[in-house]
Amino acid sequence: MELGLEVTEHDGITVLAVRGEVDVYTAPRLREKLVELVSQGKHNIVVDLEAVDFLDSTGLGVLVGGLKRLRSHDGDLSLVCTQHRILKVFEITGLTKVFTIHESVDAAVAK
Amino acid sequence: MSGADQGPVIELEIPARAEYVGLARLVVSSLATARRALADERIDDLKLAVSEACTNAIEAHAGAERQERVTVRWSEGDDRLLVQIDDRGPGFDPGQLPEHPPVTDPERLNFERGLGIPLIRTLVDEVDFNPSDSGTSVRLTMFCGPADDELSS
Repeated sequence: MELGLEVTEHDGITVLAVRGEVDVYTAPRLREKLVELVSQGKHNIVVDLEAVDFLDSTGLGVLVGGLKRLRSHDGDLSLVCTQHRILKVFEITGLTKVFTIHESVDAAVAK
Repeated sequence: MSGADQGPVIELEIPARAEYVGLARLVVSSLATARRALADERIDDLKLAVSEACTNAIEAHAGAERQERVTVRWSEGDDRLLVQIDDRGPGFDPGQLPEHPPVTDPERLNFERGLGIPLIRTLVDEVDFNPSDSGTSVRLTMFCGPADDELSS
């Protein structure tokens, strides 16, 4: 099971596009990538979940950890997600109130 | 209890390692799809609940440094699908989970774990946790109602 992680820069905002399934097996790679970006001084990160087929609580935990890390640097981690099945996981856990969730990468980087 | 087991019983035994959770998800969602007994969205719910339960099972084994396997058992009643996940970890009491602060509390960000059990409870129609000295058994039940027939057709 592959997890795709692609980083692009948009005027000072770092977009991390995630592809595939985020679970207990693959989530550590997402965590490592977020830690790496923060250590490179990338403190405004948009995680694009549009190509994610599956995300469970392990993935949610990594995103919560990333947000915490970035806030401690006065930064932010927001999400791009329009897929109902993925949004539902955030809704059930109440995390829609914790993360800013955008409808597209363009909208996320346009602020 | 009505809905006693009938139809095929399928057991999948996986090593208690993270890379096999995806296989358990795939098998259960494929079986549920083939049975045409649940709407697509409910299959996604069951798949996520299975993923959460298998993740807990595997982490229980890791904590106990046990090498035994995790069993995923699929069975069908006349009005329900049952998926039972058995581990051989040290046993787990769902009543002992720490409470998370409200999501609007900044302290909430200190909790990266502990979301799996609340998710399972929301996603499936019934869940039973049976911890014992020899491991924990988690039984997930999805009822197949008329709405599912309509949505699947």
